[in-house]
Amino acid sequence: MLGRLQIAFVGLAAMVASPMVGAMAAEAGKAREPTELEWSFDGIFGQFDRAELQRGFHVFNQVCANCHSLEHIAYRHLSGIGLSEDEIKAIAAEVEVTDGPDEFGDNFQRPGRPSDPYRHPFDNEQQARAANGGALPPDLTLITKARPAGPDYVHAVLTGYGEAPPSEFEVTEGKDYNPYFKTWTIAMAEPLFEDAVEYADGTEASVDQMSRDVSAFLAWAAEPELERRKQTGFVVVAFLIILAGLLYASKRQMWAKLH
Amino acid sequence: MSAHSIETGSGGGLVKWIDSRLPIFSYMQKEYGEYPAPRNFNYWWNFGALAMFLLVTMIVTGLWLAMQYTPHVDLAFDSVQRIMRDVNSGWFIRLVHVNGGSFFFIVVYIHIFRGMYYGSFKAPRELLWMLGVIILLLMMATAFMGYVLPWGQLSFWGATVITNLFSAIPLVGDSIVTWLWGGFTVDNPTLNRFYALHFLLPFLIVGVVGLHVVALHVTGSNNPLGIEPKSQQDTVPFHPYYTVKDSFGLGVFLVIFAAVVFFAPDFFSEPENYEKADFLKTPEEIVPEWYFLPFFAILRSVPAIWFVEAKLAGVIAMFGSIFVLFALPWLDTAKVRSGKFRPIFRWFFLIFLVDCLLLGFVGGKPPNSPVFESIESFEFIDLGRITTAWYFIHFFIILPLLGRFERPLPLPDSISAAVLGSHSGGGPAASGATAKPMEKA
Repeated sequence: MLGRLQIAFVGLAAMVASPMVGAMAAEAGKAREPTELEWSFDGIFGQFDRAELQRGFHVFNQVCANCHSLEHIAYRHLSGIGLSEDEIKAIAAEVEVTDGPDEFGDNFQRPGRPSDPYRHPFDNEQQARAANGGALPPDLTLITKARPAGPDYVHAVLTGYGEAPPSEFEVTEGKDYNPYFKTWTIAMAEPLFEDAVEYADGTEASVDQMSRDVSAFLAWAAEPELERRKQTGFVVVAFLIILAGLLYASKRQMWAKLH
Repeated sequence: MSAHSIETGSGGGLVKWIDSRLPIFSYMQKEYGEYPAPRNFNYWWNFGALAMFLLVTMIVTGLWLAMQYTPHVDLAFDSVQRIMRDVNSGWFIRLVHVNGGSFFFIVVYIHIFRGMYYGSFKAPRELLWMLGVIILLLMMATAFMGYVLPWGQLSFWGATVITNLFSAIPLVGDSIVTWLWGGFTVDNPTLNRFYALHFLLPFLIVGVVGLHVVALHVTGSNNPLGIEPKSQQDTVPFHPYYTVKDSFGLGVFLVIFAAVVFFAPDFFSEPENYEKADFLKTPEEIVPEWYFLPFFAILRSVPAIWFVEAKLAGVIAMFGSIFVLFALPWLDTAKVRSGKFRPIFRWFFLIFLVDCLLLGFVGGKPPNSPVFESIESFEFIDLGRITTAWYFIHFFIILPLLGRFERPLPLPDSISAAVLGSHSGGGPAASGATAKPMEKA
C-alpha cells in the first residue's frame, strides 16, 4: 500500500526537496524520437489498408500473441480488418477455450468461437512474469494511443534493436539495448527477424515490413471506429457548414431592418 | 405585449388555461422573447449561450454514458473501451462528452474574460458575477471527478495528487484525505463516490445557472459600451434578434467542435490515460487536464513562506487565485465599465491575458527544465513564480490603482447614439466632455 507521504507530488517534491528530480527524470526519459512514417490512416481522409491490417494481424497472431494480450479484441471484431466470417471462425477455432460448467458441473475444453475474446497468452500476471524474466508484457490493444508517437513508436521499437549502446551506458544482463524504449533497456528480446512469418499475399517479410504491418494492425486495434468516425465526420461537418451559412443569412436579413 | 399576447394571441385555450395557473408561457415570452437586450452585443456575447448549449450536451451524453459505464476499479477502464467498441454509437457519445468537457472550459473562459474586459461584474451585477464564479468552481469539481472515471493512469494519479492537497491543511489534513478517499489510498470507494458526485454536480450547476440567468434578467445585460440602455432605441427584443445571432454563433461553434470530435478526438487528451491505472507505476509526469494547468502552475510556484510550508502555501495560492474573482467587483474600482474607454486598463488586461496563458504553458512543463535553451538558469519554476506573482498583482495592485488614477475616455451619450452614429441627431457620439460615472439604470 502506498504511504500517503511517499506519494510524490512531482512538482512540489522537485521544487522543495531536490532540484535534481526533474533533471533526472528528463535524462532517463530521453528516448530517441521515432522516425515519422506515412500511414494510410493518417490525416482526415486516411483510411485503413485492409491488406496491411491482415498482414499485421498475421504477424501479431504468429509472433506477438505469444507474450502480449489484446484484451479488448474479440475474434468477431476481426471482421473490421476485412476477414470473412469463415476465416474468423477458422482463426478462433485454432485455440482451445475453457468453458463451463456443463450439466455435471465440470469445466470443459472446446474450440474457440468468434464471440470469444482474443486468446490470452498467460493465465495471470505471475505466470506472465515468470515466463519473461520478471517483466510483464503489456497489453497492446491501446498501445498506439498510449504513446505520443502512436504507430511510429511501435515500429521504432520493433526495428530499434541491434545498435551498440553508448559506451557509458550499461545494459542489464539478459536485456536488450533499444534507444526508442524509454529506459533504453528493454526486457523484450528482438521479436522479429527476416521471414519470421510467411505472408499469404507474397509480400516479402522483412523486419521493416512486418513492423509496419503490425503497427498498422495495432492502430486499428486501438481505434477500430476510426473509419466510421471520419466518414460520419464529413457528413456532419458539411451539414454544419451549410447550416451555419443559412443561419448567417437569416441573421443578416433579420438585422438588416435595424441598421 | 407579454401576458397579453399569450391571452389573446396564437395560444389556444389550453395554453391560456395553463398560463393562468402556471405562467410558464408568459414567463418564456417575457424572459426569452421580449427581454430587452442592448442592441450592440458583439460576438463575444455569444459565449453564454454556447456554455448553456454545452451544459445540456454534457448532461445528455453523460446520461447515456452512465447507462454503459461500470464504476468499479476492475471494470471501469474496460467498460469505457466497451463503449468505444461494442456499444452502438458509443464512440460518438463518448468523444462528444470527452471533448465537450474541454470546449466547455474554452467557452466559459472566454465568457469570463469577456466579462472582465467589459466590466460586466460591476454594480449592479456583482451577484450575477459571483454566481458565475460558483458555476466555475462547480465545473472544476465536476471535470476533475469526471476525469477519474475512465480509471487510466492519469485518472488515478491525478486523483491521488489532487486529493492529497488537502493533507496540507494543518492538524486535520490527513484525516480529511482519508475521509475523501474512503480508505487509505485512492481505490474503489473513491471511484464510486466520484462517480456519484460527477453525476450530481451538473444538476447543481443547472440550478446555479438558473440563478445566474435570473440575476441577469433583473439587472439586464451589460454591453460592449458598458453604459446602461436609456430608451427603447437602445435595446432590441431578445427574440428574434439574439436568438438568431446566437444560433449563428452556435453553428460556427459546432463546425469547430465537430471537426475536433471527428477528426482529432485525442487532441486534448494525454496518451498516458490510455493505460489502465496501476497502483505501482507512477507516471513520469503527472499533469492535469489542460484547463487546470494555470492553477497547477500557481500551485507549484509558491515557495514556503515563513512558517507555512510550500505545499500549504501553494494550495492557498491556487484556491486564492479563483476566490479572488469573488472580490473582483470591489477590486476593480473604476467607475467606467467597458475596457473600450479605459486606455490603460486595456493594456493591463492584455498583459493579464498573456499572463494567464503563460501560466497554462508553465503548468504543462517540468518545473526544473530551462525555459530557453540558451539560458540554463531560467527555469519554468522561475517563470511560474513571476507569472503567479503578476496574477495577484493584477488583482490586488493594478486594478485598484487604475480605478483611482486612470482617466477614462468620454462615454457616448447612449447606445443608439454610438451605434447609429449620425442618426441620433444631437451632435457626435463623443460629445460628453469628460467621462461620467456610469449611469444607474
